[in-house]
Amino acid sequence: MSARAELPWWANLLLIPFLNLAAAFAISALILATIGEDPFQAAAIILRGALFSGEGIGYTLFYATNFIFTGLAFAVAFHAGLFNIGAEGQAYVAGLGVALVCLSFDSLPSPLIVLMSIAAAALFGAAWALIPAYLQARRGSHVVITTIMFNFIAAALVVYLLVNHLSPPGSMQPETRTFAENARLPFLHVALAPLGLDLPSSPLNLSFIWALVCCLFFYVLIWRSRLGFELRTLGANPNAALYSGMPVARLTIIAMLLSGAFAGFMALNEIMGSQHRMILDYTSGYGFVGIAVALMGRAHPIGIIFAAVLFGVLYQGGAELAFERPNITRDMVVLIQGLVIMMAGGLEHMFRPQIDRLFAMRRRKALAAVG
Amino acid sequence: MTHEKRPAAIELRGIDKHFGAVHANKDVSLTIEPGTIHGLIGENGAGKSTLMSILYGFYQADRGSILVDGKEVQIRSPAQAIALGIGMVHQHFMLVENFTVLENLVLGAEGGAVLNRCFASARMSLDTLKREYGLNVPANALISDLPVGLQQRVEILKALYRGAEVLILDEPTGVLTPGEAGHLFVVLRKLKEQGKTILLITHKLREIMAVTDVVSVMRKGALIDTLETHSTTPARLAELMVGRNVNLKLAKAKRAAGAPLLEVRDLSLVDPSGVARLKALNFIVHEGEILGLAGVAGNGQSELLEVLSGMRRPTSGEILLRGKPLSDADLNPRSMRMSSVAHVPEDRQRLGLVMSFPASENAILGYHDDKVYANGVLLDRAAIIADARVKMRNFDVRPPEPLLRASLFSGGNQQKLILAREIEHDPDLLIIGQPTRGVDIGAIEFIHRRLVELRDRGKAILLISVELDEIRSLSDRILVMFDGAIAGECSPDTPETEIGLLMAGISREKAA
Repeated sequence: MSARAELPWWANLLLIPFLNLAAAFAISALILATIGEDPFQAAAIILRGALFSGEGIGYTLFYATNFIFTGLAFAVAFHAGLFNIGAEGQAYVAGLGVALVCLSFDSLPSPLIVLMSIAAAALFGAAWALIPAYLQARRGSHVVITTIMFNFIAAALVVYLLVNHLSPPGSMQPETRTFAENARLPFLHVALAPLGLDLPSSPLNLSFIWALVCCLFFYVLIWRSRLGFELRTLGANPNAALYSGMPVARLTIIAMLLSGAFAGFMALNEIMGSQHRMILDYTSGYGFVGIAVALMGRAHPIGIIFAAVLFGVLYQGGAELAFERPNITRDMVVLIQGLVIMMAGGLEHMFRPQIDRLFAMRRRKALAAVG
Repeated sequence: MTHEKRPAAIELRGIDKHFGAVHANKDVSLTIEPGTIHGLIGENGAGKSTLMSILYGFYQADRGSILVDGKEVQIRSPAQAIALGIGMVHQHFMLVENFTVLENLVLGAEGGAVLNRCFASARMSLDTLKREYGLNVPANALISDLPVGLQQRVEILKALYRGAEVLILDEPTGVLTPGEAGHLFVVLRKLKEQGKTILLITHKLREIMAVTDVVSVMRKGALIDTLETHSTTPARLAELMVGRNVNLKLAKAKRAAGAPLLEVRDLSLVDPSGVARLKALNFIVHEGEILGLAGVAGNGQSELLEVLSGMRRPTSGEILLRGKPLSDADLNPRSMRMSSVAHVPEDRQRLGLVMSFPASENAILGYHDDKVYANGVLLDRAAIIADARVKMRNFDVRPPEPLLRASLFSGGNQQKLILAREIEHDPDLLIIGQPTRGVDIGAIEFIHRRLVELRDRGKAILLISVELDEIRSLSDRILVMFDGAIAGECSPDTPETEIGLLMAGISREKAA
C-alpha cells in the first residue's frame, strides 16, 4: 500500500534533472553575485565559449567523449547493482595499455594500431577492475571500497612506471615520448577534411565516433541481449537472479569487467587522440564525474550523451569563463561543476517528494473535475 | 453492555486517501464503539492497512477527520497516536531481537538519560499488566529466545504500557499456530472485559466469526458494510468482500497416486551459524499427488523449499528424481528447471519477480535461455511479448498487458503471473510455497483450481503453506513439520486440533 506515486516519464527524465540543474545554477549565481560578478554575463560567456564557435563545440564534444565513456562505465555496473567508483583508476591503467601499444607497435599500419589500442584499452581497464570484481563476487568485499583503493594503487603504479621505466632516457618529465604520427587517432577535422568538410581545429578525434558506437552497443547489450537481461535482473533483484538460476558471481565479474573496459576507452580519447603520450594524472577526475553523468542520464545511453555534452559545456565554457573574467578563478569554475555534480548525483532525489506531491495533487484535481 | 453514554472510541469521518493513481480509501466512515472487538475485513489491497496507517499516523488522509473519544484530533505521527491512547501491533513485529522484554518495553519511552528508574517502573507496570490481563512474559528474556506467540504478547504489552486504550492488531495470527491463536483470542477477550477497544484486521473469516462483536467489510478502498458478527455468516462476509458469490469449498476428485517422482532421504541442512534447519527428512512425492507440508512458519519449510529448488545445498542426505539420485551439480535452480522441476517461491516479491521489470520479462525469468525467447545472444522481444500475452490470458492475469511493470499488478495477479510462468512450462514436479499468501479470495479460488488441474494431469505437487485450511483442502497427504523435522503424517480429514498439536511439536503419542 506504500506504492509510490508514478510520475509521467517526462517528469522523471526531464523535469527532475532540469530542476536539479536549475538549483545548481541558482546557487552558482548567488556565489558569483557575492564576489561581485554578474551571473548572467558569466552564463553567457560559458554558453558562448562552449557552443557559439566551431572550435568551442569541438572542445565541448572532446570533453563529452570522456564523459560518455566514464558514464557508460558507471552505468553498466550500475545496471547490475554495482557501484564502480574506480573508473578513474581503470582509465588511468588503460592509458598505460594504450601507450604501450602505441610505443611498441608504431611500425604497423595505423588502422591495425587503432584496433590493437582499442583492445588494449578495454583489456587494461577491465584488468584493473578484475580484482575488485573477484573480491566482490567471491568474497563479498564491497566494490565501493576496493575500487577506490585501486584508484590510489593505479596512481602510484603509473607514477612509478612513468618515472622509472617509460620516460625516455635523459628526460626529466614523468611522461612517455610522443607517439609516432601513425600511432595517433586522427583529429576529426583532419579525418573529415577529405570529405570536403571544413571543421575548425580542436582535439576532437575519432574516439568520439567510437563513443557513439559504444552507446549503441551499450543499448543493445543492456536491453536486447540475454546477458543484459541477466545483468539487469541481478541489479534489480539479486534474489530473483539467484532464484532463476543465474550465475550471480560470474555476472558480477562480467559487469565489472565491462565497466572497466568502458572506462578504459577514455584513454583512446585523451592519450591516443589528444595528448599523444602518456602523462601523469591524465584522467583528472573524469572517472568520478562519470558517476554524475550516468545518474543524470538515468543510466541510458541517450541520457548519458546529453549529460556528457552538458558537462562538456561546463568544462569548455568554464575554461573560457576563467580566461575572460580574471576575478573568476579556475577554482570557481570547479565549484560550479561540483554543484552540478552534487545536485545531479548526490542530491538526485532532493526534489522528488515535492514533485510527487505536486503530481498527486494535480491528479486529484483532475479527478475532482471529472466527478 | 451499556455504553450509550460513552462517545465512540474512534470515529473516522469521510477518510479519503490517494497514492498516485491509486484511490486507496474512498470516503470511509467508521465508528468503533468502546469496549468492543471490531473486525476489519477485506481482500488484499482493499485499503484496510491504509486506513489503519492513517489512524496510527503513518499517513495523513487527503480528506476527512478523525475523532477519538468524541474529540476531533490531528494524528501526524505514531507518537501522537500513542499519546491519544492508540496502540498498534504490527504484522511484522517491531522488536529489537537482542534486547530483553523489559528493554523493548521501555524503548522510546525511556524518559531520561539514566535507565534505572524507568526499568523499575516498567517492571512494576509489567506486574500490573500481568495481573490484569494474564499476559505472562519473562521480563528478562531476550526477544530472540522467545517463541513467536510470546513475541507478539510483548508487542501487545508494549502498546498497553504506553497507555493504549484502543489496540489495533494487523493480521495477528499469520505467524501463530492454531493453539497460539486461541491464546491470543483469550487475551483479546480479557482486554475487552477490562474496557479496552480492539480493532482486528484480518482476512481470515473464521477469526472474525470467532472473536469479534462487530465487523466492517472493505472492498476496493470503500467501506461496504458494518455488521453485527452474530447476525452474519462467513459466506455472506466473503460475498461482501469480493462483491460476488464465491465458492469457499474446493471441488476435488479422489485420485490414485502414481509412481514416486521425488524422493528425499535423510536430508539435513545445517546453516552457517551451526543451527540444524532440516533434520534427516524422509518423504516421497508421487505423480498425480499433492503433498502438503504444514507447519508454523520458520520450522524449516522455507529451507526445504530452497534445497529442493536447488538454491541451497543440503549438508547431507540424498534427493532422487524419478529414481535417480541428484548430484551436487544437478542441484542448482537452472538444472532443476531443466529436469522439469518448477518452483513457485514463498516470497514472490523477494524471489519470484523483478518488480521494476515488465510482466513480459518476468514471464521468462529462469527460462530466458530457452530457444523460443532468444536468437543467439539477443532476446527476441516480439516473441517474449507474444508469449507473455498468451500466458497472461491463460492465467487470467489482469490487466493482460505484458509491458506493464510487475509492481503495478495486485498481489494476486503477480502470483498468477508466476504460476503462469512455472505451470505453462508443464513441469513434472511443482514445488510451491505459500501459493495464496496475500492473494484475494477470487484469485485463491483460481489458483487452487489450477493446482488441482495440474495434479489431475498426473503431475506431482509439493505444497508448502502456513494456511492450514489451504493445506487441508488441497492436499492428498499432509506432512507436518516442526523444528526442521517431520512431526507426523496425516490425511486431509484429520481434525484440525490434531494437526495443530503436531504443528506445536507435540507428537500424537505424547498427546494421547
